[in-house]
Amino acid sequence: MEHATFVIGSWVLTAGSLIAYAVWIIRRGRALSKHATNEEMPWT
Amino acid sequence: MSTHSGTGTKATRGLGIIVLLMLIALAFFGLVFSAEDVVQGSTVRIMYVHVPAIWVAYLAFGLTAVCSAVYLSGKNRSLAWDRVAGASGEIGVLFVAVSLVTGSLWGRLTWGTYWVWDARLTSTAFLFITYIGYLAVRRLGGTHRQRARRSSVLALLAIVEIPLVHFSVNMWRSLHQSASVADPNAKVQLDGLMLFSLFLGLFAFTLLFVWLVLHRQRTLQLEDAFADRGLDAAIAARREEAVK
Repeated sequence: MEHATFVIGSWVLTAGSLIAYAVWIIRRGRALSKHATNEEMPWT
Repeated sequence: MSTHSGTGTKATRGLGIIVLLMLIALAFFGLVFSAEDVVQGSTVRIMYVHVPAIWVAYLAFGLTAVCSAVYLSGKNRSLAWDRVAGASGEIGVLFVAVSLVTGSLWGRLTWGTYWVWDARLTSTAFLFITYIGYLAVRRLGGTHRQRARRSSVLALLAIVEIPLVHFSVNMWRSLHQSASVADPNAKVQLDGLMLFSLFLGLFAFTLLFVWLVLHRQRTLQLEDAFADRGLDAAIAARREEAVK
């Protein structure tokens, strides 16, 4: 593939940033929910 | 304390698996199966993440504005609208950043430079900065209602930028290409797999956005609940001190 560094780099940067954000959200949710009551989590 | 862990439910877990499978399929179609472009060559493969990223950013900022308008309209003053607006705005900023970076890499290969002060690029950068400002305003002090009111007003002002960004290529002379696939008069002929990869990307990124908003607004709900709890505890402590 021509310009593989740029093409793959674009995909890696995209995937990396989206995965990092998703992981941060999930981890933050888990950390907060440990101290939450059932009333504070209506989705459960 | 809750017996449930995290912000997920059976539905979000199912959606998450679908999104993951679609993103894996997108990687195969975008990087392996689809053909190279006659003019752009392999650099067209950057478009399969660049275009969906800016689409989701538009969608996210649109949702932020709609939720803000509902909150301000007074019909439903639930803070849930504000939290969805905040979650959507934050995710929109992430997707604009992705769009700017991938567009910059594409520009280096196609135009020979990472950045030009072109109408589309400049207006997109301005959009990015505006919504960083929106997120900063959300973090200013005050009650949840004060936060909701001021950030809702800002979201309704900021949304005006979306048509400015989108139509900037038509309003000013621009290096960035104008609408091609979405324009019926453009007569752009795309190979079937290229078109499929592009729409797969749009659909996958949209579902990813939904998944992220669901989780993020629940996290924000917990943050608000904890802030309220802290405030309640502080008021109770003051009352106890006053009694003593």
